[in-house]
Amino acid sequence: MTDEKILLTEKKNGVGIITLNRPDRLNAFNDELSFQFQDALKEMEKDKEIKAIILTGAGRGFCAGQDLQSRNIAQEGGEKPSLGESIRRRYNPLVIKLRRMEKPIIAAVNGVAAGAGMSLAMLCDYRIVHDKVSFIQSFTKVGLIPDSGSTFILPRMIGYTKAFELMLSAEKFSAQEALEYGLVNKIVAEDQVMTEATALAEKLALGPTKAFGLTKRALNRAIFHDLEELLEYEAQLQEIAGRSEDFSEGVKAFVEKRTPVYKGK
Amino acid sequence: MTMTTTYKNILTAKEAVPGLKGVNIGVVTLNRPTVLNALNHELMEELVQALTDHDKDDSVRVIVLTGSERAFAAGADIKEMSDETTVSIMLKDRFATWDRIRAIKKPIIAAISGYALGGGCELTMMCDMIIASESAQFGQPEINIGVIPGAGGTQRLTRAVGKYKAMELILTGRPFTAHEALEMGFINRVVPTELYLDEAKNLAFELSQKSPIALQLAKEAVLKSFDGTLSEGLQFERKNFYMLFSSEDQKEGMKAFIEKRKATFNGK
Repeated sequence: MTDEKILLTEKKNGVGIITLNRPDRLNAFNDELSFQFQDALKEMEKDKEIKAIILTGAGRGFCAGQDLQSRNIAQEGGEKPSLGESIRRRYNPLVIKLRRMEKPIIAAVNGVAAGAGMSLAMLCDYRIVHDKVSFIQSFTKVGLIPDSGSTFILPRMIGYTKAFELMLSAEKFSAQEALEYGLVNKIVAEDQVMTEATALAEKLALGPTKAFGLTKRALNRAIFHDLEELLEYEAQLQEIAGRSEDFSEGVKAFVEKRTPVYKGK
Repeated sequence: MTMTTTYKNILTAKEAVPGLKGVNIGVVTLNRPTVLNALNHELMEELVQALTDHDKDDSVRVIVLTGSERAFAAGADIKEMSDETTVSIMLKDRFATWDRIRAIKKPIIAAISGYALGGGCELTMMCDMIIASESAQFGQPEINIGVIPGAGGTQRLTRAVGKYKAMELILTGRPFTAHEALEMGFINRVVPTELYLDEAKNLAFELSQKSPIALQLAKEAVLKSFDGTLSEGLQFERKNFYMLFSSEDQKEGMKAFIEKRKATFNGK
């Protein structure tokens, strides 16, 4: 343990800023970070002075998703952790909060957004990126299914065909491609991501935020009506994937930095 | 809206029905905000009194029962009963007050937002229709404190949603959302939180256009279906149907229908 804060929050000009701060791990989620993130969102939802929110990462990454080296995933032998439970407690509440909060949330994507890190960026309301940013639906690489809302946000945003391709290839794609798919709002220069996100957030904060909130509620109803149900289904399927031999092999290979050998079991 | 009587734990008022001179709806609001409207004995006494007053008031056609946006009622007042014994709680006969709500003849519409748990859920189920806000949360969590629902929960929830759902909800004690409640057929409508009270009042206004005597006999007949056999229920319904033919409202209603105009009911 260090005294370094793994999550930073800030409030300025009606804008709340949440910074994931585990730069040495590309801001990957361990238990603690996901819980602190949940708390930060709850507080910003309650704070009447905050009218818009920016989510960003410290250092060169935005968020690398689940930290595969964190204690509860990379367990040597013994009982396998329940991924379903982990998702229900850690990621699903985040997804629900990002969507149900009636304030616009801007992802200032400052670097790679992988796995759950990409899912969460997609569940925000805006995405500002720079041209060196890459995205990856990395889940199937280690024998898991895309979670944190990925399986329903992606097809709804870009259609089934492309979504399925991105999920099964589990390969990086560029900011430019993301823009072409309609996954991001804008590409700016690397040093302009926060500036641009802040300008947008401050502008939104001065707008008719009541109507903005109600607009988000209407869109939620239109495309996320079944959010909770689908998140629970993802958790169930991830539980199954988490018990597979392929997942054990995937994590092992990842930690040992070698190519996994899968059996489809 | 005119306030009529002053109570400690509730608010009661009459609101004019638009377009109908001298006709009102009654609105009763649970008001113990510091304890999320926990239902203690005093509140229940006041509630029954207010409902009875509206029931006797000829200008009132329909009653709306509501709480606050945050809580309809978070449950019974646990502090009030944690030290009771079987004999002491039986002698206090706290549910006798609840039984008197059953005797209210006018339709009661529940307008629910926030928590409607335990006694709050049971009180909701004593109403005749239920309008919920998106943030309403229902549940019978008694099992979690080592008891069971005591104000009708095991009977009314089962009749509302069937044996298997009722078993799940009562034995696990887990809360359920407004949308889940709607899917189960437990409530009538879900609307955005800002609108639930308006929706309930509008429904009350709509019912206020009907013959009050027909409303009353219809409510009585529907409730009868929960007691006894189908044959008894059918007999009861038929008697109420026949009875309405001695009312002025029946004559007016059918005459207006034939004359292709809107009926004006006087409740006689």
